[in-house]
This record gives sequence, C-alpha cells and structure tokens, in this order.
Amino acid sequence: MNRRLTYRLMAGLVAAAFAAAPAFVPGTALAQGTLRVAMTLADIPLTDGAPDQGTEGVRFAGYTIYDPLISFDLSSAEKAAVLRPALATSWVPDATDKTRWTIKLREGVKFHDGSDFNADAVIFTLERTFNKDFPAYDASFNRQLKSYLPSLKGWKKIDDTTVELTTNAPDSLFPYQLTRLLIVSPAQYEKLGKDWAKFREQPSGTGPWKQVALVPRQRLELDPNKDYWDKNRVPKLDKLILLPVPEVSARTAALLSDRVDWAESPSPDTVERLKEDKITVSTNAIPHMWPYTLSQLPDSPLADIRVRKALNLAIDREGLVEVLSGLAVPSVGNVTPDSPWFGTPSFKVEYNPDEARRLLKEAGYGPDKPLKLKAAISTAGSGQMYPLLMNEFIQENLREVGVELQLEVFEWEALRARRRAGAQGEENKGITMLNNSWNSMDPYAALLRFQTEAEIPPAGTNWGNVKDPQMEELVSQVRNEFDPAKQDALLAQIHTRHVDQANFVWVVHDVGSRALSPKVKGHVHAKSWFVDFSPVYIEN
Amino acid sequence: MLLYVVRRLLYAVPIALGVTLVVFSLVHIAPGDPISALLPNEATEEMLQQARKEFGLDRPLPVQYAIWLGHAAVGNLGVSIGSGRPVADEVAAAVVNTVILAVSAGLLSCLLGFVLGMVAGLRRDGLIDHLVNLFTISGVSLPHYWLAILLVIVFSVNLSWLPPLGVGPDTSDGWRPDWAHLRHLILPTLATAAIPMAVIARTMRAGVVDVLDQDFIGTLRAKGLPPRRILWHVVRNALPTTLAVMGLQLGNMLGGSVLVETVFAWPGTGFLLASAIFQRDLPLLQGTMLVLAMFFVFLNLIVDLVQSATDPRIRRS
Repeated sequence: MNRRLTYRLMAGLVAAAFAAAPAFVPGTALAQGTLRVAMTLADIPLTDGAPDQGTEGVRFAGYTIYDPLISFDLSSAEKAAVLRPALATSWVPDATDKTRWTIKLREGVKFHDGSDFNADAVIFTLERTFNKDFPAYDASFNRQLKSYLPSLKGWKKIDDTTVELTTNAPDSLFPYQLTRLLIVSPAQYEKLGKDWAKFREQPSGTGPWKQVALVPRQRLELDPNKDYWDKNRVPKLDKLILLPVPEVSARTAALLSDRVDWAESPSPDTVERLKEDKITVSTNAIPHMWPYTLSQLPDSPLADIRVRKALNLAIDREGLVEVLSGLAVPSVGNVTPDSPWFGTPSFKVEYNPDEARRLLKEAGYGPDKPLKLKAAISTAGSGQMYPLLMNEFIQENLREVGVELQLEVFEWEALRARRRAGAQGEENKGITMLNNSWNSMDPYAALLRFQTEAEIPPAGTNWGNVKDPQMEELVSQVRNEFDPAKQDALLAQIHTRHVDQANFVWVVHDVGSRALSPKVKGHVHAKSWFVDFSPVYIEN
Repeated sequence: MLLYVVRRLLYAVPIALGVTLVVFSLVHIAPGDPISALLPNEATEEMLQQARKEFGLDRPLPVQYAIWLGHAAVGNLGVSIGSGRPVADEVAAAVVNTVILAVSAGLLSCLLGFVLGMVAGLRRDGLIDHLVNLFTISGVSLPHYWLAILLVIVFSVNLSWLPPLGVGPDTSDGWRPDWAHLRHLILPTLATAAIPMAVIARTMRAGVVDVLDQDFIGTLRAKGLPPRRILWHVVRNALPTTLAVMGLQLGNMLGGSVLVETVFAWPGTGFLLASAIFQRDLPLLQGTMLVLAMFFVFLNLIVDLVQSATDPRIRRS
C-alpha cells in the first residue's frame, strides 16, 4: 500500500543525519599553555583558604591560590617532601618555654588584591578560624582546620613581621600542623563587604595562582600570579582549568579525546590503553598506606602477635601490584624503607605462606580449627584505591593459609562511622580488622596516632586499642625532642616497634597516579599528596 | 469542572506533605553521617558534636523535620553543608541543565520513536519491521550508562568527533544555544533518548498494527482512498496512547538521570543528587529530591486536569 511512503520516511531520516554530519569536526585547539585537569571530585573545593574535600581539595584549591606559613618541598621526585619555609622564614621554639614559637614572616609579599602580607594577615586568618567572637569568624573554617592544628593554643602579633604562637604542651611536631593554615587577605574580605560567600568567588591569597572564574560543579579557572614572591615558582602556564569529573571512565575518555590534558587516578585496567596513545601514567610512592588495622581487644584472635604476623606473611603484595597494573607499591610498614622514620624492624614483612601456616599452627589454628576473621571494608572512598578487588585478592591469599576472612562491605561514609567507633564500639562487635587507608604525611599522621591510649576512639584513631607502655614513653619523648635528627631517630624507634609488634597488616602504598597527555611537560611527581603546578607547561 | 479542579488541588496538599515526609525520612534513614563526611579524617568526636550542633542535626528528628518543612514552605531549602551555597540556587542551576537535556532527548526520542514505530507497524513482519524491532528491543534492554560509555568510546575517543563531557568549552559559564555548546549536548542526548525512543516506537508500532487490523481501514481501502489519506486515519487513531507514553517518558527525563549525567559530567539534577549522596550533604539531598518529587506531583496534577478536560468520565468518577 504505502511502501513508497515508508522508504521516503526512511530516506528523510538518513538524509537528515548526513546533513548534520559535516558539523562533526573536532574542537579547535586551545591557546598554548592552558592545562586542563580532570579532578576526581564532584564539586570545586571551597576556595576561601579552608578547602574541604580532603587532600585533593588542598591540592587544587589550597596550595594553588594560597600559601601556608610552612610548606612542603615538592620540587623533587626522588627526595621526601620535607618542610620548607613559605610565608614564614623561620620558626623557633623559646629556649626556656617550648610552648612558645616565634615565627618570622617573609617581607615584601603581596596578596593578589595588591595589599601587603604581614603579621596582621596571619592574626586575621587565625582569628577568623579559631575565635568564635571575632566578627569575621566562620564555623566552616573552624570545621576544616581545627583537627589539623590540635596543638595550637594562642597567637600574638609581636611586630609587622613577627608573630608568636603558643601550643597546649611542648610539641616538636607543631611546624607540620602549620602546613594547613593558608593565609587569606583581610583587605579583600573588607573590600567585598565582609562576605565570605563573595570572597569564595573572588578570593585573594599570596599563592602562585589567581582565581579568575568559578562555576560551581563545573570549573575553577586560575591565571598565573606573575608577581609571585618565589621567583623559582612563577607558573609557566597561561592558564590552569580544573574540572570536577568524579566518574573514572569519563576522566579517561576526556584525556583520550583531548578534552583534558591531565586526569587524576586512572583506572588500572585502562593503563595499557592510555600508554598506546603515548599518555604517561605518572606514579610515585606517596605518604599513604592501605593496611588493615587490627583489633587487639582481649577477645580478638588478633591479640596474639603470632596471628598478626601470620597475616602479614600470607599476603602476596607483588601479585596484587601486578593486578593493579603497577598502580601501587608493596608496603612493609607505615612508611617506605627509604624514609628516615622507617627504622630497623626485625620482623620482615614479606610473602612467606609456609611461615604463616607455621605461626598459625603454633597459635592453635589448623584445618580442624580454622581461623575466622571479619574485616570491615568499603566499596570506594578517598584513598581506598580499589577496595573490592584488593580485598578479594587478599581473601584468597588468606584462604591459602587456612584463614577464613569474611568481608563486611560498607559504603565509605558508613565505614568511616565504624572507624570512629573503634574496635570496642558496640556496632563493631565481631569485626576484627578495619580496612581504612591513612595519610602518612607527618610523624603524627604516620605513626603517633595509632600508638597511645589517649588516641583510642572516640578521641582519636587508635582503632585497634593498642596499649603499649613502651610506645607511650617513646611518643612522649618525641613530642619533647626539638632536634630534627634526634626526632627522626625516635620516630624510627617507634616505627621499628610498630612493625615488630605487627600492629597492622600492611599491604600497599598508593602511588598518586595521574595520567598526563604527551603535551604536558615539566611535571615533577613529588612524594606527596600535593603537586606544584608552577613548573608545568604545555608543548604543542 | 471547577469543583473537580479544586478537589484535585486539595488532594495535592496531603500528597505533597507525604512526599516531604518520605524524602526527609529516606535521607535520614540512610547510613552515614553528613558531619563525618564534611569534616577531615582527623576530626575528633567532640568536633563532630560541635558541627552537628551548628547544623541543628543534634535535635530530635521530628523537630528537624518541622523546621525544614517550615523553611521549605516559604522556598528556603537551606544551605548546602558542603559548599555553603543556598540549596535553592544549586537546584535551580541543575534543573536548567537537566531541562535542556530532557527537551533535547525528548524531541529526539518522540520524533524517532514515532517514525520508527509507524514504519514498523505499516511494514508489519517485513524486513524493516524486524530491523526496527531489533533496534527497539536493544534500546530498551541496553543499560543507558553502558550505552553512554560506548558512545564516548566511539565518538569521542576513537573518532574525536564530539566532546565527552561538560556542557560547553573550557571557559564556558553555562549552556548557550550555539554550536560549541550543541556539540556537548549530542552524546548525552543520544544516551538519554535511547530507552524512551524504544518505548515510544514499540507503543506506536502496537497502535498502528492494532488500527490496521480494524474494519474501518478495509472500508477506507474499499472506498479507494489514497494511501496517504489512510495513513492519516491510522496515525490519528494510534496517536493518543503514544502521546500518553511520550508524556510519561518526558516526565522521567525531566527527573534527570544520575548515571548518564555522571558519565558525561553533565551538571544537572542527577549529577547533583549523586554528589550530594557521596558527600552526605543532607540539605542538598533533601532539597533536590523534594524539588524533583514536587515536580512530579505537579506534572501529575496537570495530566489529571488535562485528561479530565478531554474525558468527562474521569470528572464524574
């Protein structure tokens, strides 16, 4: 009847499709020197000097726009990222009263709005963060920063270039805490009508990058601060554009199709494909650990050191790294063996299933009485890497030595709640180990917080309830040791004991993987969660 | 009619209240603590308590509900825990992006679904019918996030024809009706339109087949009416059911797709919901869900009123 009409309709559709086809041309190339980064975040971090969303927030919206008083040296891929002067040129504890620190400030530094950086700006930043009665106080800053500066007690301006900070008790590790305090411009706050919401749109710090545009959930655009005080770190790029792309396959596709030049955390199964396109997957051991924290409560089978050691010996770390396409390094302690804090543990963390079986047998476990453990793990989460795949791999490893590991899977925030409750928490009954990753950027984060009774939740992060008088003594000593070399030696002793006690089951360290287009040059992958964008440039 | 409209409007009130209660309860029943998600890992329990107090999350749930409802009633959806921005602003910006995508995918799926369904119905059991069937069955069966990823691989990665993410070029501040932005709309549109298109096509085909089997078509043929005129009768009779399905599909698309929007980093309501869930941003989550739910309540109201205007039986019942 209407065959002709049918064909006419079909032909019309095809013709319409072809008519549109010439328009499918690749986008025009961007101006030279623009770096487009796909972040893993779903939103732009807060740009008011107190970034949210963890270390990634600080990496992109913290150390770009702002400077801290003391920063990390991110200039080397080989050496550890140690402390270095930033807006403070020196920090010295008082000879008689170790709770008083004199901080000398850098002179001649200007904020992006042109106003001077000085002691008033430091005091203003501290007041807006910690003094609830200060007119510019905002609870948001307090929430983001208080936990990073637990030792800070007071502050005082001495003169325009000197401030005095006091701590609750002598704390030799206090300078590490100052790396998170980013100094904001009081003049800009005044100029914008004392409105922090407006300040987030037009922030002013002293950092190497100036914010020029922010579209929530879409884009943060930064221009170089050509007048940056550190002439070695004046950015080479013309522009830095940060895009929130939480979906990993979308980040990879964006990089492969030249929509971005830099993608954070590519998925292991895309590494080969990326390399085919001459894309560099840059890695370096960063201060991060992916271990199991073990319950040492009296009724836990892991209160027995032989069992803890056996678990450590049952894991094939090299095999796991292979499964992850090399996007991890095996971990034999909280820090890597080249760290000054590693020490000389006598217990060697390695893959030795025979020895694991022997230890388990000695502890009373065997085919007739298998060891049953339950681990709380997450489906995903910050620093958790690829938790399901990795845990299943380890579950198999443990099965081979006769350990039945049951995995109780939580959504990331639910797991964090389990962590905050501690092994002794009612909701954690039956859970013997917790798979939560940790940052190990400074001595407190890397070591001290897991050792003392004062850190048992809810107060802190000693989840497993480690109670060790020898460790308490060492922690107290290191807090009171202000000589850097002696401090390192004490930290090495703590780490040695931590490993010899097999307080954790160590698995891997993350490598901070990022995939870079061949156009991206000058990138230095520091041993840090942070990155310096200043030396990066685009070569077309 | 007026009485019916008033009655229907009054019905909407308890429905809306029920929606707010469900939205609020769902958000609070879900495991995970918004404050824990907001604060750094190192925050102590004391700091968490302090923050809970600041956000009023330490109060009993009924009190929190009453306060939230009171504010929502006057259009104040609160402030996002994460970004500190007003929830209403966040939702409004996202709704605009979702509407752009829904309208574009709606047009495509309605047009293509209508044409394909009609062609298949007219050529019943022929080659074209089988091909269209295969196409539409694939359309309803393929998970749309999978299709989205596939589209990106083919058209962005392999062919480099179209951008894989975002609403516009790097320095764009939002969607504009120009080619630079339209390019960004194409792939999300295709992924969003696949399922509705298939559903519409299958409904249209069934309708056409049904009408073609009816006696009056034979009469029309016997009268010697030209095929084009007969087609007109077929379409007119098959259309009402298809239109109803189109309306439903459009409503679904206006709700936003969490998966498609996440794959394309398209900052609509789906993307907003996903990030609110991961950040446990309760005010944002509640606000977005409430706006979407109210949107459906409103759509239903409109549909009911339109139906009653066209069909007196509904009014009487």
